[in-house]
Amino acid sequence: MAILSAKAKPFSKGKAAVVVSAIAVIAVFPLIFTNPAVTEIAIFALMFMATSEAWNGFAGWSGYFSLGHAAFFGVGAYTFAIIANDYKLPAGSGLFLLMPVAGVVAMVAAVLVGLVALRTKRHTFVVITIGVFFIFQLLGYNLSITAGASGLQVPTPYNWNAATFNNPFYYAAAILLGFTVGLYWIIRRSAFGLQLLSIRDDEERAKGLGVPVWRVKLSAFVISAFPVGMAGALFAFLIGQIYPNTVFNPLFDLSWALMTLVGGIGTIAGPLLGGVVLESIQQYLNLYLSNADIYLIVYGVVFLAVMFWMPRGVVPTVGDALRRRRGARSASLVSAESGGAGTAPGAGSGASLAVVAQEGGK
Amino acid sequence: MTALLEVSGIEKSFGGIRALNGCTFTVEKGMIHGLIGPNGSGKTTLFNVLTGYENPDAGDIRLEGTVITGIGPGKVFRLGVGRTFQLTRVFTRLSVLDNMLIAAQHQHKWLRSALRSPGQGGERAKAMELLDFVGIARLAELEAGSLSYGQRKLLELAYLLMADPDVLLLDEPAGGVNPTLINQLADKIKELNAAGKTILVVEHNMEFVMGICDRITVMHQGRALLTDVPAAVRSDPRVLDAYLGGTEDELEDEGLQAGAAQAEGGSK
Amino acid sequence: MVTDFIRAVIDGVLSGSVYALMAAGLTLIFGVMEVINVAQGILVILGAYLSYVLSVHLGIDLFAGLIITIPVMFILGVGIQWGLMSRLGEREKVSMSILVTYAVAIILEGALDLIFGPSYQQLTAWYVNQSMHVLGFYLPYIYVFGFLLAVVLLGALYFILYRTEFGRSLRAAQQNRTAARLIGIDVNRVSAITFGIGVAVTAAGGMVFGATTSFNANSSADLISRLLTIIILGGMGSIGGAMGASVLMLVVEALVSTFWSPTWATLVFYAVLVVVLAVRPAGLFGQKAVRAQ
Repeated sequence: MAILSAKAKPFSKGKAAVVVSAIAVIAVFPLIFTNPAVTEIAIFALMFMATSEAWNGFAGWSGYFSLGHAAFFGVGAYTFAIIANDYKLPAGSGLFLLMPVAGVVAMVAAVLVGLVALRTKRHTFVVITIGVFFIFQLLGYNLSITAGASGLQVPTPYNWNAATFNNPFYYAAAILLGFTVGLYWIIRRSAFGLQLLSIRDDEERAKGLGVPVWRVKLSAFVISAFPVGMAGALFAFLIGQIYPNTVFNPLFDLSWALMTLVGGIGTIAGPLLGGVVLESIQQYLNLYLSNADIYLIVYGVVFLAVMFWMPRGVVPTVGDALRRRRGARSASLVSAESGGAGTAPGAGSGASLAVVAQEGGK
Repeated sequence: MTALLEVSGIEKSFGGIRALNGCTFTVEKGMIHGLIGPNGSGKTTLFNVLTGYENPDAGDIRLEGTVITGIGPGKVFRLGVGRTFQLTRVFTRLSVLDNMLIAAQHQHKWLRSALRSPGQGGERAKAMELLDFVGIARLAELEAGSLSYGQRKLLELAYLLMADPDVLLLDEPAGGVNPTLINQLADKIKELNAAGKTILVVEHNMEFVMGICDRITVMHQGRALLTDVPAAVRSDPRVLDAYLGGTEDELEDEGLQAGAAQAEGGSK
Repeated sequence: MVTDFIRAVIDGVLSGSVYALMAAGLTLIFGVMEVINVAQGILVILGAYLSYVLSVHLGIDLFAGLIITIPVMFILGVGIQWGLMSRLGEREKVSMSILVTYAVAIILEGALDLIFGPSYQQLTAWYVNQSMHVLGFYLPYIYVFGFLLAVVLLGALYFILYRTEFGRSLRAAQQNRTAARLIGIDVNRVSAITFGIGVAVTAAGGMVFGATTSFNANSSADLISRLLTIIILGGMGSIGGAMGASVLMLVVEALVSTFWSPTWATLVFYAVLVVVLAVRPAGLFGQKAVRAQ
């Protein structure tokens, strides 16, 4: 019989069309919308799409929920600011090259955190990441290299054209997003990604089948710190001034978790969808709703609504509905052609569910 | 006949309860070896110890002469000892095929495995072949969580075979499986045995055990009471005593069951 | 030197007892429901604000006000359990419970900040401002009264858990929910009441916290991370462990604050957590597994 494949599905035409048009829209967006307020919202949206993707790439796939990734965001931001200041680097597009450096430093921090935190059980892990986050924030407030509560000033490229000032940041964020999605797309299709998912389902059993769970967990944790650290550096460069509570922000992890859950945890597209929608709304509210308290309340209520009414998120829910429709259609096609090589998953499950029902009775 | 798996003097306690109390016996190469005994006699605990999921308090286990006690479940599996669980443990949110590929991971160096895509180098074909062998190839694309209990047992057996283990430890393979499937299962086990695999099976279904086993070990109160051919076990008076004389130990037995269940469910 | 040491230890023990009360509620909820109530911190602050409203606007004494605030917080806890937690699915329950209660926490934080504003408040009464003089140490009365209140309430909690029919059901549910259900215990009811009790203690904890520390809605973040640290160190689900860890951690903090620097005292709090977990992943007083399932 033809060998069906779970992972290496040929990239469907519909999916390819979506990806190509998304890239096109992202590429031309700042050329059409030139209002700096709009491009700034877009920069944040891209940045949070990338960081949600990274959060999901660890938490969503391993089942270990982290509420401490904001620590890596802050480490990235401070790395950027400290290096730029200490070496008196000229304010210009060359500073974008510090982003990967900040990402690597964030990874080093993640190694240290992971070595302790990942030794514990899942629920303890969540709590420890909260504690670790506060340790980093406290360090930000109390170390001399971070200048404590007075924060650090980051060089601002004043010589850039005011009208297109945001564009370099925008494209840097777009490249960060492209890199992050590409990274997780590859991981999802690798054996490493499969090992990670097996840990989510049954860690002890995965260990018993020879999966090196400790190494897989730690690597995934450390890898996810890289895009987050880079985003922190970009944030510092964009804002121009960083404080312990703006870069070590406890709401970041909640945002990433919410974006991931809304879009669909464990999927590639979910965090992107959740990120673009929620971060745009968030930034818009930030601009036009001056009251931070109402914003907090709205945020919490939306979060609860999502968790109770759409716990699987938009992407899986919609995806299933689409597959069901397509399944019904291709089932008739398959029976007409009587060749099952390219059977759509929906059709396959439809047919074999009957088998399950038959054999299910004890 | 050569000894493949030697269990000597294994002791294991949970709190104050002795689950294994100097358990000693030998599994010879090429056998289908049954492990029976009343509830709480320590069968599942012994399986946990044999496969590295738990460390014994005393005693050791040798696989072809090498001590494998306390090296962890992953290493035991790599050395060629695969096991199934009484309550199956498949990866419910992964597809059936992905479940198969997980069990193939250990054969590769870690870094290479991270970079390659799963199912390369004939693994996918092998997985499909094995799924076909146990009769669930047509379910390859389904989420394992949607399989029936019996199908999960077959999947668990199939994914172990991905690693081509020398010894298979089956924990109640026939429990909760419908009667027609049981006969199929017995045939599959015999077929695997004919292909050179040694099989150790815990089972309550006596008909099943007597039908397929070459040797049977009877466990009682954490010890191996006797090891013999099925016909001899059937007529041995001590076996009946072990099963009937359990009243005085009933409390203890229940405690053991709870302990075993906890140990099994610990990571969930 | 020695005086400073004793003073720090006394401080630690007295304030530790109040943390013990708040942490006991948190760990009790976890023990029975496997729910980590991240909103516990803001609930403590809510308790403090309730006492504030009663004392400032209605002139009710802080301790007398507890007769009102404890039942109010109890009902709120039952409401959270019934309205939200009981509707969670079993999959990833612990993680989901953290996210849900986190959402509850930020809603409450937003609401409290909206109502009371960002300025710091502190509860006042004669016993907050006056000190008693014992063996050469000045102790503000509120610390002593707070300690006594914590001891009385923890005693009551102990009585409920170990001397009442409800306590038996609760402990059964704590050990094995399925088995408890099978022997006829109404686990949903037990869960609701447990959540109520776990939250009710924040009324008392919040009152003493608000009288000894100035607070605003943002104080909850620091508070909850301390409480979580304490229950992990104590071994999740163990009430005795939570009490021991509370006192121990606050004594350590007071000592660091006295002999080194108050700035780093909080950091030491988390540093102890990290070090302990590196050595003993199950916590300081934790069994290998407090609950198997």
